[in-house]
Amino acid sequence: MPSSKNTLSSLWQTLFGHPVRAFGVVSLLLLISLAIAPAKNHFSEWRHYQKQYVAMIRNRGEAVTLQRHFESGIHQIWLPSLGVVDRCTTCHVGLKETSLADVSTQPFRRHPVIPHTSDQFGCVMCHRGQGAATTVEEAHRSTLAWEEPLLPAKYVQSSCGQCHRAPLTGTPQLNLGRNLLGRYGCVHCHTIKLADGGVVKPTDDPPSLSHIADKTTREWIYAWLKDPQAYAVTSTMPNFKLSDPDARDISAFLIANSTSIPGDTALETKDAKSVDPTAGASLYGESFCASCHAVQNAAGNVVGGDIGPELTRVGNKVKPEWLRAWLRNPRVYDSGTAMPHYRFTDPQVSLLTTFLGNKTDSDLLANVHLDAATPEQITHGKLLVTEYGCASCHEIGGMKKPDNFAPELTRIGSKSIAQIIFLPGMPHTVPDYIAAKIRQPRSFGSALKMPQYTFSPAQIDALTTALLSLTDRAHDLPRALTVPSHPPSNYQPAGKAGQLMADLACFSCHAINGRGGDMAPDLTWEGSSVQRPWLQAFLKNPGTLRPALIRRMPRFNLSDSDINELTDYIMTVYQTPAFDRDSMPAGGYPPAEVEQGRQLFYSKYTCQSCHIIDTKVDKGYIGPTLTQVGSRLNAAWIYHWLKDPQGMRPGTTEPNRNMNDEDARALTAFLMAQKGSGKQEAKK
Amino acid sequence: MMKTRLMLIASLALMLGGCSRKGTPVLAANFGTALVESSGGKQIGATGIVLAQPVVVQVNDDQGTAVAGAPIIFSGPAGVSFDPAVGTTDSSGQFTTDVQLGGMAGRYQITARTFTKAQKPVELKLEEIALGYQQQVGFQLDDKYCARCHNPESSPERVSNYDNLEVKPHPFTEGDTLNKMSDADLTAIIGHGGPALNKSALMPPYGYTLSKAEIEALISYIRLISDPPYHAAGIAYAQK
Repeated sequence: MPSSKNTLSSLWQTLFGHPVRAFGVVSLLLLISLAIAPAKNHFSEWRHYQKQYVAMIRNRGEAVTLQRHFESGIHQIWLPSLGVVDRCTTCHVGLKETSLADVSTQPFRRHPVIPHTSDQFGCVMCHRGQGAATTVEEAHRSTLAWEEPLLPAKYVQSSCGQCHRAPLTGTPQLNLGRNLLGRYGCVHCHTIKLADGGVVKPTDDPPSLSHIADKTTREWIYAWLKDPQAYAVTSTMPNFKLSDPDARDISAFLIANSTSIPGDTALETKDAKSVDPTAGASLYGESFCASCHAVQNAAGNVVGGDIGPELTRVGNKVKPEWLRAWLRNPRVYDSGTAMPHYRFTDPQVSLLTTFLGNKTDSDLLANVHLDAATPEQITHGKLLVTEYGCASCHEIGGMKKPDNFAPELTRIGSKSIAQIIFLPGMPHTVPDYIAAKIRQPRSFGSALKMPQYTFSPAQIDALTTALLSLTDRAHDLPRALTVPSHPPSNYQPAGKAGQLMADLACFSCHAINGRGGDMAPDLTWEGSSVQRPWLQAFLKNPGTLRPALIRRMPRFNLSDSDINELTDYIMTVYQTPAFDRDSMPAGGYPPAEVEQGRQLFYSKYTCQSCHIIDTKVDKGYIGPTLTQVGSRLNAAWIYHWLKDPQGMRPGTTEPNRNMNDEDARALTAFLMAQKGSGKQEAKK
Repeated sequence: MMKTRLMLIASLALMLGGCSRKGTPVLAANFGTALVESSGGKQIGATGIVLAQPVVVQVNDDQGTAVAGAPIIFSGPAGVSFDPAVGTTDSSGQFTTDVQLGGMAGRYQITARTFTKAQKPVELKLEEIALGYQQQVGFQLDDKYCARCHNPESSPERVSNYDNLEVKPHPFTEGDTLNKMSDADLTAIIGHGGPALNKSALMPPYGYTLSKAEIEALISYIRLISDPPYHAAGIAYAQK
């Protein structure tokens, strides 16, 4: 080793042997170390991108403008009130340059048009990621201690949902996801509190199981529990993946626990021995059952509405005596059902019972053979019902709805990934975790209770989007920034008419004062809109107003006194404060004015695009038929409608024509002259 | 799991890609001479989502008979992913893949490729459309206000009014007509109705119903779905 020692000492001698030389060497080392900092800055990623940008715009026609807009250095959007420090615009230099529409290389693309600007909200509010970072890796991905990677584009609508609680036109996926959270009853078990203090409410209506033995058999319950979608593909009930003995025991408990409702099954009617085999089907069609209930056809397509349960195999499920009682008056079994009380006659009830009873699938219950239930099975069944939290959704006699049965999801969108147990191989991000959990909950552990849903990939994306909007930020934002949804309305019509409207379930289809469905027209101002005799005739025998619609108002076989009660209430209470409905006459307009209105109708405003006045000539399909509009609507309503359709009924498709008073008056005169003939209408 | 699969796909793609220049694709047993689309082209989806329908292509031989076991590689611009991207055709000569679109709105051209026995690549180009925020709004407005007349397709649930109109409206995909109209023209006809451009009065004005931003959204949607594609007219610069 002496030789190496010699080399070292001679090197030392060369460098530091002389004080002047030593000083020089040390100074050089110091200089080099000092140069590291500026060099690091000079060779930084963002400078590289800014140089690329400058080189790119140099060759463009609008180079001067772009160069004038460009400033080198680190750019930052700082919004203290929102906690935003975003340096994304350091590399994404061309975000606001509208002339860069043709540039497709990142990071120089122009930001697509949205209703907000980055100056207002920064970038991270919508895209997540690390706003303060200035390297690609740190800003976009979760590296080292960074928690929040960039949000994948397919979930970006979730960010809108942080502030906007009401549905937006531009966020169909978020709207769908929120809808599903209610419709599939996720929020029965998972509480979701909102920043405004409310909670997300379920919109499904899981049936009560307290009297289930009146309605169906233990065999059907067993088959249903094993696979709800085998009975009805559209069912929102999830599959709990129960073992055969567990399903046997739960069905045993539910039947044993059920109490009978007097008058529920006692109804005795002789079956009308097949008058006409198609009569049941036509009654089903005439009563517009398909507006709410779907049936799967031979091709496998589900046709019909989704307000009521699918009826493809209903004959396998319900007992005929229960069905008869239900059709007679559904409110005996379930006072809150969305199904109207149709006032069917006994022969009609029999026809429908037979028709629906024949909707069966011989395979469904073929392999279900259950022995009589033992007390042990019933006890075990009760235990299982408690364990699986069945009472979270369903009312079950003698059981309480459990509180907080499943984890609260109020801030799930900001869940720390350190708290999540990921499956081996899956990406460690919150969106991937949520989507995987919805797709296959039990893959995270076979002992988990969350059942298996049958969501399509698009529905899973939508639900994930809705859940990702539930962030810390959504709760901590300044109140002024949040856009609340319309508060839910508990409107309840009063008196005898109110009872009738509940009995007929008007709110299942019509909305009044903010409460109700959207299948049929909003009736909030109906009293100002229609004429009393027309309303009476319509309630007695609803005719066709819009020929292109397949969903229409059914006939409820109302008595004259009921019709009068309803008409009085609607005509008196549902009036707009905007005008007096009797302020314009129903007739007696000068013929010249009527003729002027006709000209305006056909030439200037070309209303025949959408409406029919003369059934021989006009073909417009979109708006209601106007052949007898003069007997249906009030003149003042027509006049104000023409002036501002959206003002009278928000969301209507009829465009506002900015009509002057004179034209509106003439058109009103023309339309009021269309009296039609009551008889013709009844025939249709 | 995902990672290994990705690596597998990547290595397969490398192998097959390499084969296009030298050697025979190792995985494929059969070869066709033509590639045709079975379904899944020209779909409209949102940015970043998996298209509702899978893309299905078929490999045929000279006689037009389907070839099973032929190699297929899908590729597309940045951001587009395929599941699966590489494989061989099934017993009916078809190959099915789910396509996820990129995060930017626009048209995405995707390419399916197969090889002949002589290792010559055969390509098929398909186009898919991704709607961004603005086009999404336009799509919803179209659905509510326009489609009932402008879309001739009719279903029992939604009857089209197209056939009832004396002067037929232009479907929004009709690029041959609509591409000739400037944004200003479209804004005028939407806002003030047909007579604004000396066209049919059956088209009512929507300027008092839709906001400026809504009309812009509608136009950006119309531009995006037009067939043939719309190219914005602008100043043309000499290319270096």
